Amino acid sequence: MSAPTVSKSSPAPVRAPHQLPVRRASLARAVQRNLSAHGFLIGAVLCFSFFSWYPMVREFLLAFQKNKDGRTTWAGWSNLSYVFNDPAFWQAWRNTLLFTGLALVLGFAVPFLVAVLLNEFRHGQGYLRMLVYLPVMLPPVASVLLFKYFYDPGYGLFNRIIGIFGIPDQQWLQSTSTAMISVVVAATWMNMGGATLIYLAALQGIPGELYEAAELDGAGLWRKIWHVTIPQTRLILSLMFLMQIIATMQVFTEPFLLTNGAGPEGSTMTVVYLIYQYAFNFNNYGGAAALGLVLLVLLAGFSAVYVRLSRTQED
Amino acid sequence: MRSSWFRPTRRSSAAAVAAVLTLTSLAACGTSSSDDNSGAGGGSKADISAPLDPKTKVTLTIDCMPPAAKAAELREWKEDVKEFNKKYPNVTINGKSTPGQCEEPARFTAQLKAKSQPDVFYTYFTDLQQVLDNNGAADITAYVTPKTVPALDSIDGNVLGVLKKDGKLYGLPTSNYTMGLLINRKLFERAGLDPNKPPTTWEEVRTAAKKIAGLGNGISGYGEYSAENTGGWHFTAAMYGLGADVVSADGKKAAFNDATGKQVAQQLHDMRWKDDSMGKTQLLKWGDLQKQIASDKLGMFLAAPDDITYMVQQLGAKYENFGMGPIPGGKTTLFGGNDYMIKKGSSPDKIKAAVAWLNFKTLTPGKGQFQWDRTKADKLPVGLPQPNFFTGDTKAKDLASRTENATMPVENFKPFLANPVPGKAEPPKAQEVYKVLDNVMSGVLTNRNADIDKLLATAEQQVNQVLANQ
Repeated sequence: MSAPTVSKSSPAPVRAPHQLPVRRASLARAVQRNLSAHGFLIGAVLCFSFFSWYPMVREFLLAFQKNKDGRTTWAGWSNLSYVFNDPAFWQAWRNTLLFTGLALVLGFAVPFLVAVLLNEFRHGQGYLRMLVYLPVMLPPVASVLLFKYFYDPGYGLFNRIIGIFGIPDQQWLQSTSTAMISVVVAATWMNMGGATLIYLAALQGIPGELYEAAELDGAGLWRKIWHVTIPQTRLILSLMFLMQIIATMQVFTEPFLLTNGAGPEGSTMTVVYLIYQYAFNFNNYGGAAALGLVLLVLLAGFSAVYVRLSRTQED
Repeated sequence: MRSSWFRPTRRSSAAAVAAVLTLTSLAACGTSSSDDNSGAGGGSKADISAPLDPKTKVTLTIDCMPPAAKAAELREWKEDVKEFNKKYPNVTINGKSTPGQCEEPARFTAQLKAKSQPDVFYTYFTDLQQVLDNNGAADITAYVTPKTVPALDSIDGNVLGVLKKDGKLYGLPTSNYTMGLLINRKLFERAGLDPNKPPTTWEEVRTAAKKIAGLGNGISGYGEYSAENTGGWHFTAAMYGLGADVVSADGKKAAFNDATGKQVAQQLHDMRWKDDSMGKTQLLKWGDLQKQIASDKLGMFLAAPDDITYMVQQLGAKYENFGMGPIPGGKTTLFGGNDYMIKKGSSPDKIKAAVAWLNFKTLTPGKGQFQWDRTKADKLPVGLPQPNFFTGDTKAKDLASRTENATMPVENFKPFLANPVPGKAEPPKAQEVYKVLDNVMSGVLTNRNADIDKLLATAEQQVNQVLANQ
């Protein structure tokens, strides 16, 4: 450990009486100098105050309040107790973690591999990029309804396709064993375009000399990916990994629309869907806020640990 | 060693303090609290008993005004406002139309929370506790008398009962329903079944469903929901039909894990997997079965009569294609409906004006929504057994007027009307119970090897947990 620059035993510096007006004057100068910048900030600060920070504070307060017969009272920990005692709570968490895990396997690896492949193409890269990004431009509801049709066990496209190979019809979204993976496949298709383009941009930023040097050393495709591509894109991969987890833990639209909420025997009920149920079907805003708080704490904790680990690695 | 995870600086500390102060003040602005308004807007008892002062200008905002897309209904609304203003020229009716259904639960919940509901607002019967929890409705007991609502004594006591809490009245009904078995007459005829004799037992339902599904071409005999809590809702309706319950009388325990519950689940499982009479596509919710039956792809399902209006007006179906019978089993049937409440904090004059409008528009035989000759002239549906909240002579007269002006074959609903089944309200914590029961329904309808005993036992344990969890 490096030595501290100021010894603990050093006496505290005594503030000279003339220092305060000087500091005020410099503060005033700084404010004056940055007046226009502060002016520009006002709009953003107000927007964030009303639409982000205020709802967050309200959610925190709601998590500890209860409405009964028109009276709002402090509820202590009872909303959290309600949430933890809800039989759907653990099921929702299991499902959410399963979705996150599967989405990481598919949604993290597939866009990266697609980006690597795209990067290898010498011709038609713009066209292929557009193809990959196209699903992102479709409204999510339209994409989901498209997949709903594909998955339909009666007249769906997927059963028609596997039928050609003599495979019996599958239940897809209507089976506890395949519902979640079906949702993940649809979600990956819908969302991978953005991640692919980010990875592609990172790949194109890697100096060509590194690959040339690797080739001279006799490296094949996989060794080049392992020893050049991945180390060079580590930062963006880390960031995308974190964002992927934060996003997938909050999944709502895809299971809500594909399986009409909770899916067969509740197998696609996610935490955010449970929050939605609490708030809008059970009129239990306290419970919804409490569960939102649990999710927030978990994601914030995860992010903090992740950032900490990343910093340690960088150091 | 000091953690490097978060290093507060002077600037960040100042910003944090400023942010906390700002947010706290904002939060203080928005923190709701119970007020002590009696709903009479601070008015005295003398104010309540006095008639509406014709000199006092009153403006009422009222939701569920028909949207422009429903031209005939909107015209009728405007005519009614004009007629009402002849007697009450001092009252301005400011109607608000909403796209889609008059009450979307998510929108309604948010409105209540923000206290932005109109002066007179539309709710479902099941919303009362939610509205009261949010301090949303005025106590109108003193304002609703045989003088202000002449047909008051003719309104079914059970219907008014669901709008009361602790003896206080909070709403006035506009419509009510009991559930029955909705059938597609065309498919019944094609399958060699008599559409004038819809099935009345589950055995008959199963037999009829098999015959209808036998028509092929993707036609299902019987349909059921199993998602978004509607599966649990219909499981409850089926249990009620067989005279059973889903929650014990004291509201503390689940009551469906018995022979009746197993019968309902087993029957659906067998129809889906053994008979293949329920179609392959499951996890259906409200709206899905209506689309199927309206396009002649479904033979029957449990429904309320106003589903037919939705199918005709929104999906292009024809009234004569549908019929209704009583709910299979016929012991009791789930009932529901909708009503208007008046926003808490409204002045006595506003409440009086609102009661006068509701009386005119929704509770007076021969006027407003019960002016059947006008409804017929406007080519709107007449003849559905809904609303159905009058009793005695008033009911008889209203039914006679409906029959006289019917725009659809009312005999199609004769099996439903001739076999009235006692209505029964939803269980306590209905939506939470339904959410659990959705799993039973989706289990039997999506899993060929469903373990019904296990599904019911798990659901029972979960509903007990839900009921104990306050």
